[in-house]
Amino acid sequence: MLKTGGHIDYSTPVISVRGVSKSFGDLHVLRGVDMDLFKGENLVVLGRSGTGKSVLIKLISGLLEPDIGSIEVLGEQVDELDDKALRQLRLKIGFSFQNSALYDSMTVRENLEFPLVRNKRNLSRAAINREVEDVLDAVGLLHTINQMPSELSGGQRKRIGIARTLILRPEIMLYDEPTAGLDPITCIEINGLINEVQEKYKTSSIIITHDLACAKSVGDRIVMLLEGRFEREGSFDEIFDTDDGRVKPFYDYNFIK
Amino acid sequence: MPLLAQLPMMKKIQRTLIELANIHRFVMRFFREVFMPPYEIKEIIRQCYVVGWKSLPLISLTGFITGVVFTNQSRPSLAEFGATSWLPALISIAIIRALAPLVTALIASGKVGSQIGAELGSMKVTEQIDAMEVSGTNPFKFLVVSRVLATTISIPILSFYTAAVGLFGAFLSVNQHEDTSFRVYFDQVFEAVTYLDVFSLVLKAVVFGFTIGIVGCYQGYHSSKGTEGVGRAANWAVVMSMFLVFIEEILIVQIIQAMRA
Ligand SMILES: Nc1ncnc2c1ncn2[C@@H]1O[C@H](COP(=O)(O)OP(=O)(O)OP(=O)(O)O)[C@@H](O)[C@H]1O
Ligand SMILES: [Mg+2]
Repeated sequence: MLKTGGHIDYSTPVISVRGVSKSFGDLHVLRGVDMDLFKGENLVVLGRSGTGKSVLIKLISGLLEPDIGSIEVLGEQVDELDDKALRQLRLKIGFSFQNSALYDSMTVRENLEFPLVRNKRNLSRAAINREVEDVLDAVGLLHTINQMPSELSGGQRKRIGIARTLILRPEIMLYDEPTAGLDPITCIEINGLINEVQEKYKTSSIIITHDLACAKSVGDRIVMLLEGRFEREGSFDEIFDTDDGRVKPFYDYNFIK
Repeated sequence: MPLLAQLPMMKKIQRTLIELANIHRFVMRFFREVFMPPYEIKEIIRQCYVVGWKSLPLISLTGFITGVVFTNQSRPSLAEFGATSWLPALISIAIIRALAPLVTALIASGKVGSQIGAELGSMKVTEQIDAMEVSGTNPFKFLVVSRVLATTISIPILSFYTAAVGLFGAFLSVNQHEDTSFRVYFDQVFEAVTYLDVFSLVLKAVVFGFTIGIVGCYQGYHSSKGTEGVGRAANWAVVMSMFLVFIEEILIVQIIQAMRA
């Protein structure tokens, strides 16, 4: 499935990252990252394990603070917001965690209700149920509604995790390795889901992945995180049109050369 | 050589100081957030149920045994002076002033403290706390404040319950050996107790309950990555809260003594 990308508004960035660095002790993870995410775009971030991809989206959602640099999300400076404003902003950002992070003391239904009940306090019981069933249906897992997360497979948990973030109708989605550790068929389903979300809810998304098939099928644009910076940027074919020893192995491994 | 020997020691002291500063910040944050809406009433009630109700069987058993054993152990010494008629008064003072809150707190440190530590620890490690944070819920408020309030409310109630069960256990023993009737026993029990004794029970229980909650939450909330971190959080929650409960017991007894004088 090839993407057209006609719906992207390249004049309106929804996320702008400028010169962001982040270290943990002596470990310099990000060293001056510049990045834009445009309205309606699916941006894929590639990079080796431990290069700081998860750290990057945690910075964007304000879970971590940058050492230097600025991060602007939907026109607001993330590190300058107070608690309340940050919480408001986060409602517009969906964060799908690398290992799903479902609340394991709650059923699937309660997991999905949680953000709704707590952020839209005037919603009726019936409306909540309808919303929950809608998003569950969208990820194809309506039958798991009364199960506990521990009873689900990894792929199902991933999809529930995505559903839980979709329920607040975010403008921006951050997917942390949505297809990692899943079988090819489930991967294809998840890729389809990501594209569907983009079209149906008009979201702009950052998708972190090692999976080039995923990158190819969901990405409008791809950036590569190398040694703490974004070094390569472009379409799928542009990115891999190189002899760079840090880039080629990704391609060769994924497409078995 | 002596310098080298001191180095690990210095590191340890430094770590302890940092830990103390962190705990201080954590406690301050609790007091800042506890008065700010939204008040998580539903979650507080649910936690009271988890903390209080679910501890009842264990507390009943321990309280009862404490009452019986304390009475049976005290009897011979009083009998030496032919003063076994003082048993109810002695039991009453011992249980209400000291044993009830202490036994409750120690049991709760083990049962509730470790549970809170492990639960929050595993939520931290599996990024559930982060997930709450990014979905517009303040996890400190939802998880920590509600649990600390629940222990602070439940432990005093449980302490009164422990006292009642303990006094009843003691009664069975006194009734069997000294033939004291229910009426006479409880008349003597209540006669021996002052308001200050009841106040000291409440004060201790509130302080103990707060300690158990805050320590369990602190350990869980700051648990390091990995399953090992969760185990350590649960373990330290118990060790630290038991230790603090004893220290607080000593301090409160001093305060109450001063008030008595
Ligand atoms: N809170 C933290 N405290 C200390 N170090 C951290 C923290 N978060 C991340 N790191 C370190 O930062 C580095 C990058 O981590 P990150 O999780 O962003 O990697 P990643 O690119 O997402 O890798 P993967 O593909 O394996 O998920 C790692 O070495 C990690 O140990
Ligand atoms: Mg990661």
